[in-house]
Amino acid sequence: MKEEIIIAGFGGQGVLSMGKILAYAGLMNDMEVTWMPSYGPEQRGGTANVTVILSDSAISSPVLDMYDTAVILNQQSLDKFESKVKAGGTLIYDPSGIHHKPTRSDINVVEVDAMEAMMEMNNSKTYNMILLGALLAVRPVVPLDAVLRGLKKTLPERHHHLIPLNEQALRKGMSLVGK
Amino acid sequence: MKGNEAIAHAAIRYGVDGYFGYPITPQSEVLETLEAEMPWETTGMVVLQAESEVAAINMIYGGAAAGKAVMTSSSSPGVSLKQEGISYIAAAELPALIVNVMRGGPGLGTIQPSQADYFQATKGGGHGDYHLIVLAPSSVQEMADFVALGFDLAFKYRNPAMILADGIVGQMMEKVVLPEPRPRRTQQQIEEQCSWAATGRHGRKHRNVVTSLELDPARMELNNERFQRTYAEIEANEVRFATHYTDDADYLIVAFGSVARICLKAIEEARAQGVKVGLLRPITLWPFPKAEIARLARQVKGILTVELNAGQMIDDVRLASECRVPVAHFGRMGGIVPNPAEVLDALYNHFPEAKK
Repeated sequence: MKEEIIIAGFGGQGVLSMGKILAYAGLMNDMEVTWMPSYGPEQRGGTANVTVILSDSAISSPVLDMYDTAVILNQQSLDKFESKVKAGGTLIYDPSGIHHKPTRSDINVVEVDAMEAMMEMNNSKTYNMILLGALLAVRPVVPLDAVLRGLKKTLPERHHHLIPLNEQALRKGMSLVGK
Repeated sequence: MKGNEAIAHAAIRYGVDGYFGYPITPQSEVLETLEAEMPWETTGMVVLQAESEVAAINMIYGGAAAGKAVMTSSSSPGVSLKQEGISYIAAAELPALIVNVMRGGPGLGTIQPSQADYFQATKGGGHGDYHLIVLAPSSVQEMADFVALGFDLAFKYRNPAMILADGIVGQMMEKVVLPEPRPRRTQQQIEEQCSWAATGRHGRKHRNVVTSLELDPARMELNNERFQRTYAEIEANEVRFATHYTDDADYLIVAFGSVARICLKAIEEARAQGVKVGLLRPITLWPFPKAEIARLARQVKGILTVELNAGQMIDDVRLASECRVPVAHFGRMGGIVPNPAEVLDALYNHFPEAKK
Protein backbone atom coordinates (compact mmCIF):
# COMPACT_ATOMS: atom_id res chain seq x y z
CA MET A 1 0.00 0.00 0.00
CA LYS A 2 1.24 3.44 -0.88
CA GLU A 3 -0.78 6.64 -0.67
CA GLU A 4 0.60 9.91 -2.01
CA ILE A 5 -1.37 12.84 -0.62
CA ILE A 6 -1.28 16.61 -1.12
CA ILE A 7 -3.09 18.94 1.26
CA ALA A 8 -3.27 22.54 0.08
CA GLY A 9 -4.93 25.73 1.22
CA PHE A 10 -4.27 29.03 2.95
CA GLY A 11 -1.67 29.39 5.67
CA GLY A 12 -3.48 29.30 9.01
CA GLN A 13 -6.09 26.72 7.93
CA GLY A 14 -4.14 23.98 9.62
CA VAL A 15 -2.83 22.41 6.43
CA LEU A 16 0.63 21.57 7.78
CA SER A 17 -0.62 20.30 11.13
CA MET A 18 -3.28 18.16 9.44
CA GLY A 19 -0.51 16.60 7.36
CA LYS A 20 1.64 16.16 10.44
CA ILE A 21 -1.09 14.36 12.36
CA LEU A 22 -1.75 12.14 9.34
CA ALA A 23 1.98 11.37 9.06
CA TYR A 24 2.22 10.52 12.76
CA ALA A 25 -0.87 8.32 12.40
CA GLY A 26 1.03 6.43 9.69
CA LEU A 27 4.01 6.19 12.02
CA MET A 28 1.77 4.79 14.79
CA ASN A 29 0.45 2.30 12.24
CA ASP A 30 4.00 1.05 11.53
CA MET A 31 4.14 2.58 8.06
CA GLU A 32 6.93 4.45 6.31
CA VAL A 33 6.05 8.14 6.14
CA THR A 34 7.34 11.39 4.70
CA TRP A 35 5.97 14.87 5.40
CA MET A 36 7.28 17.57 3.11
CA PRO A 37 5.97 21.11 3.65
CA SER A 38 6.09 24.08 1.35
CA TYR A 39 7.95 25.93 4.04
CA GLY A 40 8.36 29.65 3.98
CA PRO A 41 6.78 32.97 4.82
CA GLU A 42 3.27 31.60 4.35
CA GLN A 43 2.25 30.79 7.89
CA ARG A 44 -0.50 33.39 7.88
CA GLY A 45 -2.60 33.97 4.82
CA GLY A 46 -0.36 32.86 1.96
CA THR A 47 -0.80 29.53 0.25
CA ALA A 48 0.54 26.50 2.07
CA ASN A 49 0.74 22.90 1.08
CA VAL A 50 2.19 19.67 2.37
CA THR A 51 2.94 16.35 0.73
CA VAL A 52 2.36 13.31 2.92
CA ILE A 53 3.33 9.83 1.74
CA LEU A 54 2.24 6.72 3.66
CA SER A 55 3.66 3.42 2.50
CA ASP A 56 4.29 -0.16 3.52
CA SER A 57 7.73 -0.04 1.89
CA ALA A 58 10.61 2.45 1.71
CA ILE A 59 9.71 5.81 0.17
CA SER A 60 11.96 7.26 -2.52
CA SER A 61 11.05 10.82 -3.44
CA PRO A 62 9.37 13.09 -0.88
CA VAL A 63 8.63 15.46 -3.80
CA LEU A 64 5.95 14.37 -6.28
CA ASP A 65 4.38 15.45 -9.54
CA MET A 66 1.17 13.38 -9.27
CA TYR A 67 -0.92 12.44 -6.26
CA ASP A 68 -3.37 9.68 -5.33
CA THR A 69 -5.38 12.05 -3.17
CA ALA A 70 -5.67 15.83 -2.94
CA VAL A 71 -7.35 17.77 -0.14
CA ILE A 72 -8.03 21.25 -1.48
CA LEU A 73 -9.11 24.22 0.62
CA ASN A 74 -8.93 27.21 -1.71
CA GLN A 75 -9.25 28.21 -5.37
CA GLN A 76 -5.52 28.74 -5.98
CA SER A 77 -4.79 25.23 -4.74
CA LEU A 78 -7.58 23.74 -6.84
CA ASP A 79 -6.23 25.51 -9.94
CA LYS A 80 -2.77 24.20 -9.16
CA PHE A 81 -3.46 20.63 -8.12
CA GLU A 82 -6.65 19.42 -9.87
CA SER A 83 -4.61 18.32 -12.88
CA LYS A 84 -2.05 16.63 -10.59
CA VAL A 85 -4.42 13.98 -9.27
CA LYS A 86 -3.74 10.58 -10.84
CA ALA A 87 -6.55 9.18 -12.99
CA GLY A 88 -8.78 7.19 -10.66
CA GLY A 89 -7.53 9.22 -7.70
CA THR A 90 -9.49 11.29 -5.21
CA LEU A 91 -10.01 15.02 -4.87
CA ILE A 92 -11.63 16.26 -1.66
CA TYR A 93 -12.49 19.95 -1.51
CA ASP A 94 -14.26 22.42 0.69
CA PRO A 95 -16.74 24.41 -1.47
CA SER A 96 -16.63 27.44 0.83
CA GLY A 97 -13.41 28.73 -0.72
CA ILE A 98 -14.13 27.65 -4.29
CA HIS A 99 -15.70 29.70 -7.11
CA HIS A 100 -15.05 27.28 -9.97
CA LYS A 101 -15.75 23.68 -9.05
CA PRO A 102 -13.49 20.82 -10.17
CA THR A 103 -14.31 19.60 -13.66
CA ARG A 104 -12.46 16.31 -14.05
CA SER A 105 -14.58 13.22 -14.50
CA ASP A 106 -11.81 10.60 -14.33
CA ILE A 107 -11.26 11.11 -10.61
CA ASN A 108 -13.43 10.72 -7.54
CA VAL A 109 -14.43 14.27 -6.57
CA VAL A 110 -15.82 14.59 -3.03
CA GLU A 111 -17.29 17.84 -1.76
CA VAL A 112 -16.96 18.25 2.01
CA ASP A 113 -18.45 21.37 3.57
CA ALA A 114 -16.05 21.43 6.47
CA MET A 115 -16.53 25.16 6.96
CA GLU A 116 -20.21 24.68 7.70
CA ALA A 117 -19.48 21.72 9.99
CA MET A 118 -16.94 23.85 11.80
CA MET A 119 -19.57 26.56 12.35
CA GLU A 120 -21.88 23.90 13.78
CA MET A 121 -19.14 22.83 16.16
CA ASN A 122 -18.63 26.50 17.00
CA ASN A 123 -14.85 26.13 17.13
CA SER A 124 -12.62 27.30 14.27
CA LYS A 125 -9.77 25.10 15.46
CA THR A 126 -11.63 21.92 14.56
CA TYR A 127 -11.55 22.75 10.82
CA ASN A 128 -8.60 20.64 9.77
CA MET A 129 -9.65 17.64 11.87
CA ILE A 130 -13.10 17.68 10.21
CA LEU A 131 -11.32 17.50 6.87
CA LEU A 132 -8.97 14.76 8.06
CA GLY A 133 -12.03 12.77 9.20
CA ALA A 134 -13.56 13.21 5.75
CA LEU A 135 -10.29 12.15 4.10
CA LEU A 136 -10.20 8.98 6.22
CA ALA A 137 -13.81 8.18 5.37
CA VAL A 138 -13.03 8.37 1.65
CA ARG A 139 -9.51 6.91 1.85
CA PRO A 140 -9.18 4.77 5.01
CA VAL A 141 -5.37 4.71 4.80
CA VAL A 142 -4.97 4.63 8.58
CA PRO A 143 -7.46 3.61 11.28
CA LEU A 144 -8.99 6.28 13.51
CA ASP A 145 -7.21 5.00 16.62
CA ALA A 146 -3.83 5.50 14.89
CA VAL A 147 -4.86 9.12 14.22
CA LEU A 148 -5.77 9.58 17.87
CA ARG A 149 -2.41 8.15 18.91
CA GLY A 150 -0.77 10.44 16.36
CA LEU A 151 -2.60 13.40 17.90
CA LYS A 152 -1.37 12.42 21.33
CA LYS A 153 2.18 12.27 20.02
CA THR A 154 2.08 15.63 18.19
CA LEU A 155 0.10 17.71 20.68
CA PRO A 156 2.04 19.05 23.65
CA GLU A 157 0.79 17.49 26.88
CA ARG A 158 -0.85 20.74 28.01
CA HIS A 159 -3.22 20.41 25.05
CA HIS A 160 -4.11 16.76 25.60
CA HIS A 161 -7.45 17.76 27.11
CA LEU A 162 -8.39 18.84 23.56
CA ILE A 163 -8.06 15.31 22.16
CA PRO A 164 -11.75 14.43 22.78
CA LEU A 165 -12.77 17.60 20.89
CA ASN A 166 -10.49 16.61 18.03
CA GLU A 167 -11.96 13.11 18.00
CA GLN A 168 -15.43 14.64 17.80
CA ALA A 169 -14.28 16.72 14.84
CA LEU A 170 -12.75 13.69 13.12
CA ARG A 171 -16.00 11.74 13.57
CA LYS A 172 -18.04 14.71 12.34
CA GLY A 173 -15.86 14.86 9.23
CA MET A 174 -16.31 11.14 8.64
CA SER A 175 -20.08 11.53 8.91
CA LEU A 176 -20.10 14.27 6.23
CA VAL A 177 -18.96 11.85 3.54
CA GLY A 178 -21.63 10.00 1.61
CA LYS A 179 -24.36 12.35 2.79
CA MET B 1 10.70 14.42 13.27
CA LYS B 2 12.29 17.00 11.00
CA GLY B 3 15.84 16.55 9.72
CA ASN B 4 16.96 19.66 11.58
CA GLU B 5 15.47 18.31 14.81
CA ALA B 6 17.20 14.97 14.22
CA ILE B 7 20.57 16.72 14.08
CA ALA B 8 19.93 18.40 17.42
CA HIS B 9 18.83 15.18 19.14
CA ALA B 10 21.74 13.23 17.63
CA ALA B 11 24.19 15.86 18.85
CA ILE B 12 22.98 15.57 22.43
CA ARG B 13 23.09 11.77 22.27
CA TYR B 14 26.57 11.73 20.75
CA GLY B 15 27.87 13.61 23.75
CA VAL B 16 28.70 16.84 21.94
CA ASP B 17 30.33 19.35 24.28
CA GLY B 18 29.12 22.52 22.64
CA TYR B 19 26.87 23.95 19.94
CA PHE B 20 27.34 27.55 18.84
CA GLY B 21 25.06 28.98 16.18
CA TYR B 22 23.04 31.84 14.85
CA PRO B 23 19.50 31.32 13.52
CA ILE B 24 18.79 31.29 9.80
CA THR B 25 16.05 29.58 7.77
CA PRO B 26 15.86 26.72 6.80
CA GLN B 27 17.88 25.30 9.72
CA SER B 28 16.74 27.30 12.75
CA GLU B 29 15.13 24.18 14.26
CA VAL B 30 18.60 22.87 15.13
CA LEU B 31 19.16 25.68 17.63
CA GLU B 32 15.48 25.79 18.63
CA THR B 33 15.41 22.05 19.41
CA LEU B 34 18.63 22.26 21.42
CA GLU B 35 17.22 25.15 23.41
CA ALA B 36 13.98 23.26 24.04
CA GLU B 37 15.84 20.09 25.10
CA MET B 38 18.09 22.05 27.49
CA PRO B 39 20.99 19.54 27.37
CA TRP B 40 23.04 21.77 29.72
CA GLU B 41 20.76 20.40 32.45
CA THR B 42 21.44 16.77 31.53
CA THR B 43 24.70 16.09 29.66
CA GLY B 44 26.27 19.45 30.42
CA MET B 45 26.41 20.33 26.71
CA VAL B 46 26.79 24.05 26.10
CA VAL B 47 24.23 25.58 23.70
CA LEU B 48 24.86 29.17 22.78
CA GLN B 49 23.21 31.54 20.35
CA ALA B 50 26.20 33.62 19.31
CA GLU B 51 25.99 37.25 18.24
CA SER B 52 26.84 36.31 14.65
CA GLU B 53 27.95 33.44 12.42
CA VAL B 54 31.52 34.74 12.58
CA ALA B 55 31.46 34.63 16.37
CA ALA B 56 29.97 31.12 16.32
CA ILE B 57 32.66 29.65 14.07
CA ASN B 58 35.40 31.21 16.18
CA MET B 59 33.82 29.74 19.32
CA ILE B 60 34.07 26.39 17.51
CA TYR B 61 37.72 27.13 16.76
CA GLY B 62 38.40 27.75 20.43
CA GLY B 63 36.39 24.78 21.70
CA ALA B 64 38.01 22.43 19.18
CA ALA B 65 41.49 23.67 20.18
CA ALA B 66 40.68 22.49 23.70
CA GLY B 67 39.82 19.02 22.38
CA LYS B 68 36.07 19.45 22.80
CA ALA B 69 33.50 18.00 20.40
CA VAL B 70 31.96 21.21 19.08
CA MET B 71 29.63 22.06 16.24
CA THR B 72 27.77 24.84 14.50
CA SER B 73 25.02 24.95 11.93
CA SER B 74 23.81 27.54 9.48
CA SER B 75 22.49 27.99 5.96
CA SER B 76 24.23 29.24 2.84
CA PRO B 77 24.71 32.99 3.52
CA GLY B 78 25.67 32.21 7.12
CA VAL B 79 28.12 29.53 6.03
CA SER B 80 29.79 32.03 3.71
CA LEU B 81 30.41 34.20 6.75
CA LYS B 82 32.05 31.26 8.51
CA GLN B 83 34.57 30.51 5.77
CA GLU B 84 37.53 32.35 7.29
CA GLY B 85 37.09 30.43 10.54
CA ILE B 86 36.69 27.14 8.69
CA SER B 87 39.99 27.69 6.87
CA TYR B 88 41.69 28.44 10.20
CA ILE B 89 40.22 25.31 11.81
CA ALA B 90 41.43 23.20 8.87
CA ALA B 91 44.89 24.78 9.01
CA ALA B 92 45.09 24.25 12.78
CA GLU B 93 44.18 20.57 12.19
CA LEU B 94 41.17 20.59 14.50
CA PRO B 95 38.12 18.34 14.56
CA ALA B 96 34.76 20.13 14.30
CA LEU B 97 31.37 19.63 12.72
CA ILE B 98 29.74 22.29 10.55
CA VAL B 99 26.21 21.83 9.23
CA ASN B 100 25.03 23.70 6.13
CA VAL B 101 21.34 23.33 5.29
CA MET B 102 21.56 24.97 1.88
CA ARG B 103 19.09 27.52 0.53
CA GLY B 104 18.78 29.28 -2.80
CA GLY B 105 21.54 31.76 -3.62
CA PRO B 106 23.67 33.60 -4.46
CA GLY B 107 23.45 36.49 -2.03
CA LEU B 108 20.71 36.45 0.55
CA GLY B 109 18.73 34.49 -2.04
CA THR B 110 15.66 32.52 -1.01
CA ILE B 111 14.87 30.22 1.89
CA GLN B 112 13.91 27.28 -0.34
CA PRO B 113 16.11 24.21 -0.97
CA SER B 114 19.31 24.41 -2.98
CA GLN B 115 22.61 22.58 -3.53
CA ALA B 116 24.48 25.56 -4.92
CA ASP B 117 27.15 25.47 -2.18
CA TYR B 118 28.71 22.27 -3.57
CA PHE B 119 31.77 24.11 -4.87
CA GLN B 120 32.13 26.03 -1.62
CA ALA B 121 31.94 22.88 0.49
CA THR B 122 34.08 20.55 -1.61
CA LYS B 123 36.65 22.89 -3.17
CA GLY B 124 37.63 24.88 -0.12
CA GLY B 125 35.30 27.80 0.38
CA GLY B 126 37.80 29.54 2.56
CA HIS B 127 41.34 30.33 1.44
CA GLY B 128 44.24 27.94 1.11
CA ASP B 129 44.74 24.31 0.14
CA TYR B 130 42.38 22.49 2.46
CA HIS B 131 39.50 20.06 2.32
CA LEU B 132 36.54 19.42 4.52
CA ILE B 133 35.14 15.91 4.86
CA VAL B 134 31.72 16.54 3.28
CA LEU B 135 28.73 14.29 4.04
CA ALA B 136 25.48 14.64 2.06
CA PRO B 137 22.43 13.21 3.86
CA SER B 138 19.36 12.24 1.83
CA SER B 139 17.01 11.33 4.67
CA VAL B 140 16.14 12.36 8.20
CA GLN B 141 17.81 9.15 9.38
CA GLU B 142 21.07 10.20 7.74
CA MET B 143 20.77 13.68 9.25
CA ALA B 144 20.87 11.93 12.63
CA ASP B 145 23.50 9.34 11.70
CA PHE B 146 25.94 11.77 10.11
CA VAL B 147 26.40 13.74 13.32
CA ALA B 148 28.25 10.76 14.82
CA LEU B 149 29.95 9.88 11.54
CA GLY B 150 31.05 13.49 11.03
CA PHE B 151 32.53 13.76 14.51
CA ASP B 152 34.17 10.32 14.33
CA LEU B 153 35.88 11.20 11.05
CA ALA B 154 36.78 14.69 12.24
CA PHE B 155 38.52 13.31 15.34
CA LYS B 156 40.11 10.41 13.46
CA TYR B 157 41.78 12.72 10.95
CA ARG B 158 41.87 15.95 12.99
CA ASN B 159 40.04 17.68 10.18
CA PRO B 160 36.73 19.56 10.15
CA ALA B 161 33.73 17.73 8.70
CA MET B 162 30.64 19.25 7.13
CA ILE B 163 27.11 17.92 6.80
CA LEU B 164 25.98 19.44 3.51
CA ALA B 165 22.20 19.14 3.59
CA ASP B 166 19.49 21.02 1.76
CA GLY B 167 16.23 22.62 2.80
CA ILE B 168 14.30 19.46 1.89
CA VAL B 169 16.05 17.10 4.32
CA GLY B 170 16.16 19.89 6.88
CA GLN B 171 12.43 20.59 6.76
CA MET B 172 10.87 17.22 5.94
CA MET B 173 9.66 14.80 8.59
CA GLU B 174 10.37 11.09 8.47
CA LYS B 175 10.81 8.16 10.79
CA VAL B 176 14.13 8.15 12.54
CA VAL B 177 15.90 5.85 14.97
CA LEU B 178 18.10 7.98 17.19
CA PRO B 179 21.46 6.65 18.38
CA GLU B 180 21.80 5.40 21.96
CA PRO B 181 22.81 8.27 24.24
CA ARG B 182 26.34 8.18 25.53
CA PRO B 183 27.98 10.40 28.10
CA ARG B 184 30.24 13.27 27.13
CA ARG B 185 33.94 12.49 27.45
CA THR B 186 35.51 13.41 30.76
CA GLN B 187 38.32 15.95 30.81
CA GLN B 188 40.73 13.06 31.43
CA GLN B 189 39.41 11.18 28.39
CA ILE B 190 39.75 14.31 26.26
CA GLU B 191 43.37 14.76 27.33
CA GLU B 192 44.14 11.10 26.60
CA GLN B 193 42.44 11.21 23.21
CA CYS B 194 43.71 14.65 22.16
CA SER B 195 47.37 14.92 23.18
CA TRP B 196 47.58 17.97 20.92
CA ALA B 197 44.80 19.92 22.65
CA ALA B 198 45.37 23.14 24.55
CA THR B 199 44.20 21.78 27.88
CA GLY B 200 46.82 23.25 30.19
CA ARG B 201 50.42 22.20 30.69
CA HIS B 202 49.91 19.85 33.68
CA GLY B 203 53.64 19.48 34.30
CA ARG B 204 54.47 18.73 30.67
CA LYS B 205 57.73 20.22 29.37
CA HIS B 206 56.25 21.56 26.14
CA ARG B 207 53.24 23.73 25.60
CA ASN B 208 50.52 22.73 23.15
CA VAL B 209 50.02 25.74 20.91
CA VAL B 210 47.16 25.63 18.43
CA THR B 211 47.60 28.07 15.58
CA SER B 212 47.22 28.36 11.84
CA LEU B 213 50.02 30.92 11.62
CA GLU B 214 53.51 29.96 10.49
CA LEU B 215 55.84 32.79 9.52
CA ASP B 216 58.48 30.53 7.98
CA PRO B 217 57.33 29.53 4.47
CA ALA B 218 59.51 26.43 4.47
CA ARG B 219 57.76 25.18 7.59
CA MET B 220 54.39 26.21 6.20
CA GLU B 221 55.13 24.07 3.16
CA LEU B 222 55.89 21.15 5.46
CA ASN B 223 52.55 21.78 7.18
CA ASN B 224 50.83 21.75 3.80
CA GLU B 225 52.54 18.50 2.88
CA ARG B 226 51.24 17.00 6.12
CA PHE B 227 47.72 18.24 5.32
CA GLN B 228 47.96 16.69 1.87
CA ARG B 229 49.02 13.34 3.34
CA THR B 230 45.95 13.46 5.57
CA TYR B 231 43.73 14.26 2.57
CA ALA B 232 45.26 11.38 0.61
CA GLU B 233 44.56 9.05 3.52
CA ILE B 234 40.96 10.27 3.74
CA GLU B 235 40.53 9.81 -0.02
CA ALA B 236 41.90 6.27 0.25
CA ASN B 237 39.73 5.20 3.20
CA GLU B 238 36.57 7.22 3.54
CA VAL B 239 34.76 7.30 0.19
CA ARG B 240 31.11 6.48 0.73
CA PHE B 241 28.32 6.15 -1.82
CA ALA B 242 25.10 4.26 -2.48
CA THR B 243 23.98 2.71 -5.76
CA HIS B 244 20.57 1.60 -6.96
CA TYR B 245 19.87 -0.43 -10.11
CA THR B 246 23.41 0.08 -11.45
CA ASP B 247 24.17 -3.60 -12.14
CA ASP B 248 22.53 -3.65 -15.56
CA ALA B 249 22.23 0.11 -16.14
CA ASP B 250 22.62 1.58 -19.63
CA TYR B 251 22.35 5.11 -18.28
CA LEU B 252 23.44 6.54 -14.96
CA ILE B 253 22.07 9.39 -12.89
CA VAL B 254 24.42 10.90 -10.31
CA ALA B 255 22.71 12.98 -7.64
CA PHE B 256 23.26 13.68 -3.95
CA GLY B 257 21.12 14.54 -0.96
CA SER B 258 17.35 14.72 -1.25
CA VAL B 259 17.61 15.10 -5.03
CA ALA B 260 18.92 11.54 -5.27
CA ARG B 261 15.57 10.36 -3.93
CA ILE B 262 13.64 12.41 -6.47
CA CYS B 263 15.85 10.78 -9.11
CA LEU B 264 15.22 7.31 -7.68
CA LYS B 265 11.49 7.76 -8.23
CA ALA B 266 12.19 8.91 -11.80
CA ILE B 267 14.38 5.84 -12.28
CA GLU B 268 11.65 3.53 -10.99
CA GLU B 269 9.33 5.11 -13.58
CA ALA B 270 11.96 4.68 -16.34
CA ARG B 271 12.48 1.04 -15.36
CA ALA B 272 8.70 0.53 -15.57
CA GLN B 273 9.01 1.77 -19.17
CA GLY B 274 11.84 -0.71 -19.80
CA VAL B 275 14.66 1.86 -19.75
CA LYS B 276 17.63 0.65 -17.72
CA VAL B 277 18.73 3.59 -15.63
CA GLY B 278 20.79 3.39 -12.43
CA LEU B 279 21.55 5.82 -9.64
CA LEU B 280 24.81 6.64 -7.94
CA ARG B 281 24.43 8.75 -4.84
CA PRO B 282 27.69 10.11 -3.45
CA ILE B 283 27.40 10.12 0.35
CA THR B 284 30.81 11.72 0.78
CA LEU B 285 31.05 14.63 -1.66
CA TRP B 286 34.64 14.96 -0.56
CA PRO B 287 36.26 12.48 -0.85
CA PHE B 288 34.33 11.97 -4.10
CA PRO B 289 33.52 8.42 -5.33
CA LYS B 290 35.75 8.75 -8.40
CA ALA B 291 36.62 5.07 -8.78
CA GLU B 292 33.00 3.90 -8.84
CA ILE B 293 32.06 6.55 -11.40
CA ALA B 294 35.08 5.58 -13.52
CA ARG B 295 33.96 1.94 -13.33
CA LEU B 296 30.36 2.75 -14.27
CA ALA B 297 31.51 5.05 -17.09
CA ARG B 298 32.89 1.92 -18.77
CA GLN B 299 29.46 0.30 -18.55
CA VAL B 300 26.87 3.00 -19.34
CA LYS B 301 26.15 4.98 -22.50
CA GLY B 302 25.54 8.30 -20.79
CA ILE B 303 25.51 10.02 -17.42
CA LEU B 304 23.08 12.68 -16.18
CA THR B 305 23.87 14.70 -13.09
CA VAL B 306 20.88 16.22 -11.33
CA GLU B 307 21.59 19.03 -8.88
CA LEU B 308 19.81 22.02 -7.36
CA ASN B 309 22.32 24.33 -9.00
CA ALA B 310 23.66 25.37 -12.40
CA GLY B 311 25.96 22.33 -12.63
CA GLN B 312 28.69 21.99 -10.02
CA MET B 313 29.17 18.30 -9.14
CA ILE B 314 29.08 17.63 -12.89
CA ASP B 315 32.72 18.79 -13.07
CA ASP B 316 33.78 16.04 -10.67
CA VAL B 317 31.64 13.48 -12.49
CA ARG B 318 33.21 14.45 -15.83
CA LEU B 319 36.72 14.19 -14.40
CA ALA B 320 35.96 10.85 -12.77
CA SER B 321 34.37 9.45 -15.94
CA GLU B 322 37.48 10.43 -17.92
CA CYS B 323 35.22 11.61 -20.77
CA ARG B 324 34.37 8.05 -21.75
CA VAL B 325 30.68 8.88 -22.13
CA PRO B 326 28.67 12.09 -22.49
CA VAL B 327 27.88 13.69 -19.14
CA ALA B 328 24.87 16.03 -19.12
CA HIS B 329 23.43 18.23 -16.39
CA PHE B 330 19.91 18.94 -15.28
CA GLY B 331 19.24 21.31 -12.46
CA ARG B 332 16.89 23.89 -11.03
CA MET B 333 18.13 26.96 -9.24
CA GLY B 334 17.18 29.58 -6.73
CA GLY B 335 15.11 27.29 -4.50
CA ILE B 336 13.02 25.49 -7.14
CA VAL B 337 12.90 21.71 -6.70
CA PRO B 338 12.28 19.51 -9.75
CA ASN B 339 9.79 16.65 -9.51
CA PRO B 340 10.45 13.08 -10.73
CA ALA B 341 8.68 13.70 -14.07
CA GLU B 342 10.98 16.63 -14.85
CA VAL B 343 14.03 14.48 -14.11
CA LEU B 344 12.77 11.77 -16.45
CA ASP B 345 12.06 14.35 -19.17
CA ALA B 346 15.59 15.70 -18.78
CA LEU B 347 17.05 12.21 -19.10
CA TYR B 348 15.12 11.55 -22.32
CA ASN B 349 15.93 15.02 -23.57
CA HIS B 350 19.66 14.56 -23.19
CA PHE B 351 19.67 10.91 -24.23
CA PRO B 352 16.78 10.48 -26.70
CA GLU B 353 18.13 7.06 -27.74
CA ALA B 354 17.43 5.79 -24.19
CA LYS B 355 13.71 5.83 -24.96
CA LYS B 356 13.47 2.99 -27.45
